[in-house]
This record gives sequence, structure tokens and C-alpha cells, in this order.
Amino acid sequence: MAHENPTGWRRWVYSTNHKDIGVMYLWFSFFAGMIGFAMSGLMRMELAEPGVQFLPEFLGITEDHARHMFNVLTTGHGLIMVFFMVMPALIGGFGNYFVPLMIGAPDMAFPRMNNVSFWLMPPAFILLLLSTVVDGTGSMDGFGGGWTAYAPLSTTGHPGPSMDLAIFSLHVAGASSIMGAINYITTIFNMRAPGMTLHKMPLFSWSILITAFLLVLSLPVLAGAITMLLTDRNFGTTFFDPSGGGDPILFQHLFWFFGHPEVYIMILPAFGIVSHIVSTFSRKPVFGYLGMAYAMAAIGFIGFVVWAHHMYTVGLDVDTKAYFVAATMVIAVPTGVKIFSWIATMWGGSIKYEVPMLYAIAFILLFTVGGVTGVVLSNAGADIVLHDTYYVVAHFHYVLSLGAVFAIFAGLYYWVGKMSGKQYPNFLANVQFWVTFIGVNLIFFPQHFLGLQGMPRRYVDYTDAHAYWNKISSYGYLVTLVGVLLFIVVMAITLFKKKKDCADNPWGEGATTLEWTLSSPPPFHQFNELPKIK
Amino acid sequence: MAGDVKHDYHLVNPSPWPAVMSLAVLFLTVGAVFTMKSDATLFGMSGFGSYLFVGGFLGVLYTMFAWWKDVIKEGETGDHTPVVQIGLRYGMILFIASEVMFFVAWFWAFFSSALYPHLQFESLVAFWDVFQGEAQWPPAGIETFDPWHLPFMNTLILLLSGTTVTWAHHALVEGDREGAKKGLWLTVILGAFFSCVQAYEYSHAAFEFSGNIYGATFYMATGFHGFHVLVGTIFLAVCLGRVYKGHFKPDHHFGFEAAAWYWHFVDVVWIFLFFCIYIWGA
Repeated sequence: MAHENPTGWRRWVYSTNHKDIGVMYLWFSFFAGMIGFAMSGLMRMELAEPGVQFLPEFLGITEDHARHMFNVLTTGHGLIMVFFMVMPALIGGFGNYFVPLMIGAPDMAFPRMNNVSFWLMPPAFILLLLSTVVDGTGSMDGFGGGWTAYAPLSTTGHPGPSMDLAIFSLHVAGASSIMGAINYITTIFNMRAPGMTLHKMPLFSWSILITAFLLVLSLPVLAGAITMLLTDRNFGTTFFDPSGGGDPILFQHLFWFFGHPEVYIMILPAFGIVSHIVSTFSRKPVFGYLGMAYAMAAIGFIGFVVWAHHMYTVGLDVDTKAYFVAATMVIAVPTGVKIFSWIATMWGGSIKYEVPMLYAIAFILLFTVGGVTGVVLSNAGADIVLHDTYYVVAHFHYVLSLGAVFAIFAGLYYWVGKMSGKQYPNFLANVQFWVTFIGVNLIFFPQHFLGLQGMPRRYVDYTDAHAYWNKISSYGYLVTLVGVLLFIVVMAITLFKKKKDCADNPWGEGATTLEWTLSSPPPFHQFNELPKIK
Repeated sequence: MAGDVKHDYHLVNPSPWPAVMSLAVLFLTVGAVFTMKSDATLFGMSGFGSYLFVGGFLGVLYTMFAWWKDVIKEGETGDHTPVVQIGLRYGMILFIASEVMFFVAWFWAFFSSALYPHLQFESLVAFWDVFQGEAQWPPAGIETFDPWHLPFMNTLILLLSGTTVTWAHHALVEGDREGAKKGLWLTVILGAFFSCVQAYEYSHAAFEFSGNIYGATFYMATGFHGFHVLVGTIFLAVCLGRVYKGHFKPDHHFGFEAAAWYWHFVDVVWIFLFFCIYIWGA
């Protein structure tokens, strides 16, 4: 069986190699993340003080236009961070690179489809970027209806082509993710090395397996919902239009039936990465391995039956609300299993505070903060007050930005030596962690107070009463900006090193998964002879 | 190094098709938007939408053709070992599972509208009628199809095609290639016949696609099903062509089995459409 290994641009564009495709995903995620991060910077600068002053001056637009532009920025920031930064990094990047290595497989099950999963991301991203520079509403560019794209803001509210481009962006990104998910499930079910039963499989592979199931079952529902948006907008159907017997709430149900599993899609792979890192640097196996695996399965399953807790204010009847409150709170149980198992893994361990471990411990701490505010919000009564306030913004940034994104940083520091053969500069990486840690907490912790004060999200302006904590939050962004720039410096220093200085297993006896048995970086094709697992 | 491979997995050769597909999809989608919004401008240009759309569409079709041609070639030259075939099975099952969830969205829209009908309020007077309890399904003024007329015939056509495809499968397993041809020809003809009947039915509908929720749910659900019938028919026709070319062995014909699975999936969706939308929803 002859196998070509092309070089130059063909190696990447024509790739059928899971490691090369994983690396492309990580670079893609990096560039998309920079754009999403810049958008949040524009928002934070505008919100630094009451009134509308920064955006009109900075972008040279009228104040009315700036109000719309702020909404375009919140929408773009949300969509980019969810679909083009977190998912490509955790699932496409780390999933591609490490699932085959961990299960002892030579590649993914469908290597060519793997590449189309990646190569559909750039057109999806281009579609989203194009949507910000074509007519959205009232001759102003861009879609400003939020990442949730509720009707009627997404139908009659934005008649221009901008929303149509955003819809197709989600269609294409969704097709990419469904194909990726099918690939992961098939790979994990069919290509585990001899002796590696599901109950011996590393937790990161478990997390990707469960994530992939959530993707296959939830994304097609989103595809249906946004197709309805498309026909309502362009072909006169009335799915979400009461004047034709339709119902805008239907869109919210369909969206959140996808949207709630989607948040677990973003956090489960993070759980997987954190489990590996905590175990490695405590030099102990994960406490309650099987419980950890099935806790993720339970979270994934319950994630499908809690969607209407995003909709407490739409007029659900009280019995429906009672159900969704109870079901939502149940999620805290398997999540608690995970938090306490990580702590129990560290308990009595010989802990080494390497940078990935710092990020993993910060993840556990900050994700727990976000989880606790999640339990607060799961109460329909409390949510009536807190719905669409900065309390919600603080909640989901604690679980995603300070959770999922911290896991991405943790994974990068944990594996960059394995992927590139070059280890990061330790001191600078420590500084990078602490600056980022302080910065993001400065941004988001005050937002709890803003929310409890009643400051609504997705507004360009606010009353003077909210000025104090907004100022602090915007200063936090500047600190985080330093952290992000330091991150670029750290990665540049790492990747521009002349010499490959990373050992096959730089972390010692705590790192037990199969990727550490290979060279750093691993050979182009690994496991030509499959490893035997005892 | 290639000689050292001691496993049966398929390490696929590098391929241009994913990247070509990416470009074609970009043209297709941008073209579609600026066809629907034909007077809108992109960077000051307008009127290019339909060209871009047709170009992108042809590009997608060509890429699918070339890609699957490669797959068939790999299958016929021995890359699809038993373990790879198991992987292909997983892949097809999961693809069909995702398709099922896609139809869940359309059935959700249908049931949400049919179980909890809203009145179409053109004016405040009509809006008041909601409180008079006159909201109903099908909505007032909608004349639905008689399910026991053409829809029932279409049900029989699809069910019959499900048996003919099984005939073809049994023939293939027993090495009876002539029987496989007959069974597949009948299946393809029945599939095409179904599509013709459906098109005839659409052209005689007493309700519109636009402006009312009945037409929206009916046409989008049955329309997406119809699209899947077309795809399934093409899939089976390709298998028929492959039988003529001498492809498939009694113990190795997953391409055919995937087409048959897909056809049964399309069949089951129709049964749900028939009972829920045509009978219960009328």
C-alpha cells in the first residue's frame, strides 16, 4: 500500500493526516480567537464609561450607528468564540491530534473527511466576517441580534443579506462539526488498540466521544431551525411569524435544544484535558476513573432535557418551569462528582505546580464559581430577576472563558512540547498565567455585582450607577490584553527555538497515556505496529 | 516505511477534494445569499449572485462525483478491509442518525403548531377570536389533501420499493447479478415514480407555501423528504451502474448496503409524515 507524503503547501491543503489537520485547527482557532478577543476589547472600551463615546470616535461613525455596531460586536464575539475558537481548538485541534494517539490508532477512521471538516471552517468564518460588512438593518452593516439569533430580530428585524450570510456560516460550520463528530465516534469505537477496552480508555477520549454524540444529535436541529429562519426571511414562510399562525417561541425551543448541549460540547473536552493534567502533576491515577467517565455521560444526557431553562421569561407555565428547574439542578450532581474527584486526585499526591497544572487548578476553582452561579440561575424565580443581566454574562464567562478557554491554555502548555518537540519558557509562562488569571477575574467578577444591580446585557450604554464596576471590568481587559500578548510571546519563543529540547515524556511517571510513549514530535504515521494494552 | 504497516486500517492518500469542496461551498453560499437578495451589494457589486451560485453548485456536484469515484476505486482495489468496512458502517449509521435529528426539527415545528394552534391574526378583531377558542388545526381556510388518495398510493409505492431493494440485496448475496439488476431497476423506477407523484400533488395543492403555518410545515417537511428521496434514488442508481460494471461481491458490497439503509430511512420518515401530517394533521 503505497502512501504519498507530499511536502510544501500540498502537505496541509491535501492533508489526510490527523496531526497536521489538528495543527491547522489550532492555528485557525488562534486567528479566530484574536479577532473575537479584539471585538471584546472594543466592547469593553465602549463600556468603560457611561455614554456612547468610544465606538463613534474610534470607528468614525455616528452615535446611532455605534449603537448598532455594539450589537454586531456582541453577536460576532459570541459566534466567533463558540464556533470558531473554542470548538476548533478543543475538538478539532486537541481531539484530532490526541484521540488517535491516546487510543493507539494510526490515524482517524476517515482521514479525507477529517480534512473537509477542517477546510469547511475557513469558508464558514469568511461568511461570518462578510456578514459584518454587508447591509444588516436600516442601511447599517452587520447582524446585531445576538448569537442566539432570536426571531423576529433575525427575520424582519434584519432584512439585509447580513443575516443570510450568518445563517449559511452556521450551516457550513455545523456540517463541518457533524462530519467531525461522526469521525470521532467511528475512530473511538472501531480503532482502539488491542486490549484497550472502553473502560480503559483515557478520559480525554471519553470526553470527545460523548461530545461527538452531543454534536451528532443536536446540530441537525439547529440546522433545521436556521433553515426555517432562511425560508421565513426569503420565501415567505411563517414558522416564526404570528401573522401567519407561526410562533417566535418555537425558534427559541429549537435553538436551545441545540444550544444547551452546545455548552456541554464546549466544556466536556475541557473536563477531559483537566483530568489528564491533574493526574499527571499529582503523580496519581485519576480518582474514580469510571465515575468520571460516566459523570460526563450523565451530563451529556441530562444536557438534552434542560433547554427551556434559557427561556424562563417567555411565559412558560409554572409546571414546565418546575420541571426545568429540577432537571437543571440535577446536573450539579455529576458535575460535583467531577469537581470532587479532581480534588481527591490531588489529595495526598506529590503535586508539581507546572504551568499546565496551574491552569488546571485555576480551571477547577473558576469553573466551580461559574457552576455555583449556574445553580442560582437555574431557579426560575431568581432567573426572572437575573435573566439578561450581567449576572448571566459573568456566569457563562466563568464556565467558558475561565473554564473552557483555561483548559485550552492548559492543554497547549501540556502538549506543546509533544506537538512541536520544543518546551515553553517556564518563567515567562508562569508570568503569563498569573497575568491572565488576574486579568480575567478583574473583568468578570465585577460583572456579578453589575448583574445584581440590574445592569442588562447587550446594551451599549448604562446609568451612572453602574460606572464603578464597569470601569474595573474594563481595566481587567487591559490586564488580560497583556496576558494575551505574553501568550503570543511565549508561543513564539517556543516555536522559533532552533533545537528540539522536549523529551518523549517531559512530565515523568505521572503521564501515563500513550502519546508520551512516542517521540516529540511524534512520527508522521505512528503505530504502524499497533500497541498492545495490558 | 509504507512497507512496515502491520495493521488493516486505511491510511488514505492525500486528496485535493476537501479543499476544492471548501471553495465550492463558499461560492455556493455567497451566491445563494446574493441570489435571494439580488439587489443587495457586496463591496459595491451586485447582480453576480446567480452566477456564483450556479458555479458553486456545479463545483460541489463535481467534487462529490470525483470524491466518491476515488472511494469506489479504493473499495474495489482492496483498501476496504473488514475492519474498515465496520468503520464505514458506523459512519453511515451516525450519518442517518444526524438526518433523523434534522427531521426532528421539522416534526417539532409541525407538532408545536398543530397541538397548540395559534390563530392567524390579520387584525385585532381576528386576534380576539383566540380567546373565543376558535384556533384550530388545520388553520381556518386550509383545505388539506385526502390522505387516502395520492398520498396513500405513494405510501404503497415506497413500501413496495423497500421490498424490491431487499430483493436486490438477497440476489447480490447469492451471487445472482441479474436478479440484483432487476430489483435495483424496479427500486429506482419506483423511487422516480414517487417523486413524480409528489410533484403532481404539489402542483394541485389548495394551499400556499408562503403566508400560513400549515403550508410552511407541510411543504418543508415533505419537501425535505422529497429531496432525500431524490438523493436516495441517485444513490441506488449509482449502485445499479456499479452492478453493471461488475462491482460488488456476495460478501463485500457495503456501498449497496449503505444505499439500502438510506432508502429504508427515507421510507420510515415517509411513514411518519403520512400518519402525522397527512392523516392526523388533516
